[in-house]
Amino acid sequence: MSDRDDILQRLRAAPRGKAPLLPDVSAFHAALAAGMPASTPAARRTLFCEKMAFWHGEVVRVTHDSWPEKLRELCLAKGVRSLLCGERHAVALRGAGIEGLKTYDRPLEEWKAELFQNIEAGLTSTRGGIAETGTLIIWPDASEPRLLSLVPPIHFALLDARQIYDNLFTAMSEQGWSAGMPTNALLVSGPSKTADIQVTLAYGAHGPKELIVLLLVDEEELA
Amino acid sequence: MNTQALRFVPASEFKERAAAAVADEHLRHSFRGAMDFLIGKRAAQFPDPVALEQQRALAEHIRKYSLARLPDLLEQLERKLTENGIQVHWAADPEQANRIIIDIARRHSTRLMVKGKSMVSEEIELNHAMADAGMEALESDMGEYIVQLDGEKPSHIIMPAIHKTKQEIARLFAERVPGAGYTESVDELIGIGRAVLREKFMSADIGLSGVNFAVAETGTLCLVENEGNGRMCTTVPDVHIAITGIEKVVEKLEHVPPLFGLLTRSATGQAITTYFNMISGPRRPGEKDGPREMHLVLVDNGRTQAYSDEQLRSTLQCIRCGACMNHCPVYTRIGGHAYGTTYPGPIGEIISPHMLGLAATHVLPTASSLCGACGEVCPVRIPIPDLLIRLRGEAQHDERPGHFPMLGQGAAKSRVIDAIWAGWAALYTRPALYRAFGWLATRFRALTPPMQSGWTVSRTPLKPAGQTLHERMAARKRP
Ligand code: SF4
Repeated sequence: MSDRDDILQRLRAAPRGKAPLLPDVSAFHAALAAGMPASTPAARRTLFCEKMAFWHGEVVRVTHDSWPEKLRELCLAKGVRSLLCGERHAVALRGAGIEGLKTYDRPLEEWKAELFQNIEAGLTSTRGGIAETGTLIIWPDASEPRLLSLVPPIHFALLDARQIYDNLFTAMSEQGWSAGMPTNALLVSGPSKTADIQVTLAYGAHGPKELIVLLLVDEEELA
Repeated sequence: MNTQALRFVPASEFKERAAAAVADEHLRHSFRGAMDFLIGKRAAQFPDPVALEQQRALAEHIRKYSLARLPDLLEQLERKLTENGIQVHWAADPEQANRIIIDIARRHSTRLMVKGKSMVSEEIELNHAMADAGMEALESDMGEYIVQLDGEKPSHIIMPAIHKTKQEIARLFAERVPGAGYTESVDELIGIGRAVLREKFMSADIGLSGVNFAVAETGTLCLVENEGNGRMCTTVPDVHIAITGIEKVVEKLEHVPPLFGLLTRSATGQAITTYFNMISGPRRPGEKDGPREMHLVLVDNGRTQAYSDEQLRSTLQCIRCGACMNHCPVYTRIGGHAYGTTYPGPIGEIISPHMLGLAATHVLPTASSLCGACGEVCPVRIPIPDLLIRLRGEAQHDERPGHFPMLGQGAAKSRVIDAIWAGWAALYTRPALYRAFGWLATRFRALTPPMQSGWTVSRTPLKPAGQTLHERMAARKRP
């Protein structure tokens, strides 16, 4: 008998007992929400920023029109000489005249060493944020590959302030994740870190050492 | 460097190792400090005890529901993963799991495999098997990298190098990492590890990872981590192999958030980890990175034995947060290595007997004062103390009707102990005999031996009182 059949058979032979009902996660969250003040976009945004700061992520407010220019300033201020972006934002960024701009437009194998050694920062979009934990939702795709948010030492992430959800459960149900997951979906909360040496926290373990969120807000709010 | 894997020492020598560990002041100090830190961090995450109980109830419910449907969910998971382009393999035991992985590695002419944190790969001693097959398996989690560099095994499932001080790690790096100088700065030490491992991620042929949750409805493998090495291992090399125990599957994606939220809060007192990596397939046409080939190895290794008994099945609810060991007074005093098994602490005491058999592990369930701390903090409410008592019993008696015999059933049975219990039962069921015994024991108390086997190893000898309780009560009643 194959290991597969053997394992399944042993599981099926086990006493069944009373089968538990399907857990109702959404009722659980509804009950929680009922006991709290109504969630507003402003409150979610404030909480998100607070939590992101706790994870050592920086939040910079930008507008839909000005963010490429702001990114150029940030790169200058941080001494970034090479910024990697996906095809999605390549045109907008080229327009801003960012120095050392590169597009992730080739398969990894063709330029692995260059990606690891010569790129100082990367920019990705996000699919939203989570207020409760200060988390970014990132769905890499053909335009913005997986490593864009991992290999460069600085990670810039563009987040639409209207896309901040209360918690992970609301984000996944409102965005309908279970209908179709991408090959790789990510939650990112701050720069990479470790406490493996004497429980002392150190940033920049294997991934980015810095995470900067470009929070897209309306023109009026910025003023 | 030393990438030679070590084999675990037999658990039967637990007592000797525990004694040595207790005598090591430095080790006790490290563990006490680290555990107090983790206990404090966890407590800060759960300020409201009522809310915590509600969360635990939901998490327990999800785990019990998933286990009740386990065979169906495994088949659904297999179907979904296959649709997504992930090849699924099943392994009844560690040998088979290693064979599957080594076959894949050979097919790709592997020289180097980089590994993200995976306790199941420790369980099957994959590093050893890879070394025997002439291939290198390199740990890339900072803590795992450190212990591997020193030829050791992890001493904690979440913080593998918790037994080491930064001075020890500084010396280790200076000695073993080519080009590294001596530094006690934690940032610099992490920087050294980062530089070495980035080179390895680039050149590795295969990445191996564990799995924290496998979602049946979408065919998604979820990985929880802070460092980003897990993402490196699952994204940079051309081939990704994930390995997991068969119990990790849940039915729906929405079952993940409650478990994930409790996992990180219970483990390290974090509301969330830096990364939550959800993988549902290899690189698709048009995508520019990610592995071109993906495998999942589902490992049994004794889990079906735990499953076959309704009480012991709750062992499989575990989400490997490590809170039970952080709160265990025994673990805190002896550290992880003394147990001699992959999983130390309370979770190790209840899962190892299924993996290794009671003959090798019957002493482990006795490494507990039954204070109940483990059961109280367990986020999925595994009744750990009840299971410890049950396993102690299974080690002492033959198979009984109602459940399958356990591997090593009755391994700790002893004629002497059986005889003592038989005598005890006789005494307590016959009043005349009981009185006679009481009279003799009190009158001849001077003859009680000063050495009383295990009892007097660390306690003063037992000695009966001058009068039995019956006699004293009778004396009080007299006017
Ligand atoms: S038994 Fe409970 S407390 Fe221990 S590791 Fe598993 S889930 Fe955590």
